[in-house]
Amino acid sequence: MEALIANLSLGFGVALTLNNLMYCLVGCLLGTLIGVLPGIGPVATIAMLLPATFTLPPESSLIMLAGIYYGAQYGGSTTAILINIPGESSSVVTALDGYQMARQGRAGPALATAALGSFFAGTVATILLAVAAPPLAQIAFKFGPAEYFSLMTLGLIAAVVLAHGSVLKAIAMIVLGLLLGLVGTDVNSGMARFSFGIPELTDGIGFVAVAMGVFGLAEIMKNLETGGEKREVFLAKVTHLWPTKQDFKDSWGAVLRGTGLGSLLGILPGGGAVLASFAAYTLEKKIAKDSSKFGKGDIRGVAAPEAANNAAAQTSFIPLLTLGIPPNPVMALMVGAMIIQGIQPGPQVMTERPQLFWGMIASMWIGNLLLVVLNLPLIGMWIKLLTVPYRLLYPAILVFCAIGVYSLSNSPFDVVITAMFGFIGYLFVKLECEPAPLLLGFILGPMMEENLRRAMLLSRGDATTFVTRPLSATLLAIAALLLIVIMLPAIRKKREEAFVED
Amino acid sequence: MLKNPKDFWSGVMFAVIGFAFAIVVKVYDYPMGTASRMGAGYFPFVLGNVMGVLGLIIIGQALLSSGARIGKFAWQPLIWVLAGFVIFGLTAKLVGLVIAIVLLVVISSFGGHEHKWKEAFISSAVLAVCSVAVFVYGLKLPFPIWPSFITG
Repeated sequence: MEALIANLSLGFGVALTLNNLMYCLVGCLLGTLIGVLPGIGPVATIAMLLPATFTLPPESSLIMLAGIYYGAQYGGSTTAILINIPGESSSVVTALDGYQMARQGRAGPALATAALGSFFAGTVATILLAVAAPPLAQIAFKFGPAEYFSLMTLGLIAAVVLAHGSVLKAIAMIVLGLLLGLVGTDVNSGMARFSFGIPELTDGIGFVAVAMGVFGLAEIMKNLETGGEKREVFLAKVTHLWPTKQDFKDSWGAVLRGTGLGSLLGILPGGGAVLASFAAYTLEKKIAKDSSKFGKGDIRGVAAPEAANNAAAQTSFIPLLTLGIPPNPVMALMVGAMIIQGIQPGPQVMTERPQLFWGMIASMWIGNLLLVVLNLPLIGMWIKLLTVPYRLLYPAILVFCAIGVYSLSNSPFDVVITAMFGFIGYLFVKLECEPAPLLLGFILGPMMEENLRRAMLLSRGDATTFVTRPLSATLLAIAALLLIVIMLPAIRKKREEAFVED
Repeated sequence: MLKNPKDFWSGVMFAVIGFAFAIVVKVYDYPMGTASRMGAGYFPFVLGNVMGVLGLIIIGQALLSSGARIGKFAWQPLIWVLAGFVIFGLTAKLVGLVIAIVLLVVISSFGGHEHKWKEAFISSAVLAVCSVAVFVYGLKLPFPIWPSFITG
């Protein structure tokens, strides 16, 4: 307990410096902005801004990038409620009841419930992160290369379970990601692999290029294809914000359950904000005595998913900060950001760079507070932004992407690679291949190879080391179990249903 | 006639790329090493084959099932957006940030459904000014603002 307070005060000391407060604020505002704007998500934005953070100190850079992620969860809900357009996929379910509430003239309470629920969830999840991280990191120190390899396998398999569409295709996407991650110089032998004499490729394919191409450019082309968008902007007058006593009574249980479920799902590899919000909504509907009101403006349908997505956004930092394993594409980019800053993600971050670790955690709580305080008054401004038509918006997104990629190495090379991955990403859209597992595989590829090699070296080439070491065996067993379970026809059907939940 | 073209072609893609990786390992003779001392070729060779086999299984499944058709490729946005993007990259150093942005915005705006010259120019001008302010003056990214043959 004392250690926790000491740690947190260290963290707040870092996060409350004027500079870091400003970066936190910038991150939150940017996050809200992209959350409000449909068609650009946190993955593309963080990829876009990475080059701009090279020159910042590591604390500031990670504080800002984290702010973008959880800020996006706030922004996404605003548009979901007011105009039935979820700015982020994690707010899709919020639109169901939130928009109905807005139509009934209760936009204010819906927004306030979303914001307050998110703040509550963010606070709980931040505390959870602070409490759970140190013991988890202690466990992680016991991990040898075999355990790390098994853990990554588990993480990748879990990402498959939670991706939609065909399981086999998702696994193939992971392997493709792993292979693309191996392009470049082999760290052990110094040999250039798959670079075909192109000097730039010996450094490997930049993950910013992959992420921005597959998530940013492909998304733009997909949006343009659907044609002139018509947004029915139902500008509900947001007159009274404060929820009634009855609203509080109705929603507190949903917020609590959403927070719990979201925190849990955020930690799971492959989980994150999107899954959490869907699961929380389904849970509320299941346990409600009278579920007929869902979809017609039930406040629980707003409170639960909003609490859940924010909690999950927060707790998905746990595997990243304690194990160095990213559970979702946004966290994969955070790994990239840390590596660029010369920090090897893993359990040692906490002991070797306590300012960074605890500063980031403290900044998350501050960021959540900033979001509540800023967003409710600023709602009018965010809505105005939505009247900007997409045909003006996408060239702007392209410009920022282009500048971001170009400045990675100040050469046209990365820009061309990004364009190539944009095309590939569009192909994936057409073939219904989910890109998230690819990005995870891409980040984990080199780490997996390294740990596999070390594990096999230690065991003198005996592959049974993965199943004879108890921790490693457990992790692999869970992974195998997961794989078997999703292959079962009954569950497969359920899983498909879960993803088309209206 | 293919009943499940989406999965079929996905499978083809995975099989081709997967085996291609494995073949490259063999053709370029990346050292395989042994299980205890893996060479540079070991992991990619295994992964490439795994992916190739996965691709074949996906093809097999696709032949036995029916599924959705592949949606039409929207070549217009695809080409203009990517062309604008690449041209930005190729010209930025030569013509400077301002002109590169104008090129990018004007070219990529052909990818949209309504293209208006005036609008494209105005928005490119606004974006150019903002970008120079934020990225060159603010974040100090090393971009030339104007063409090198003008500023010297």
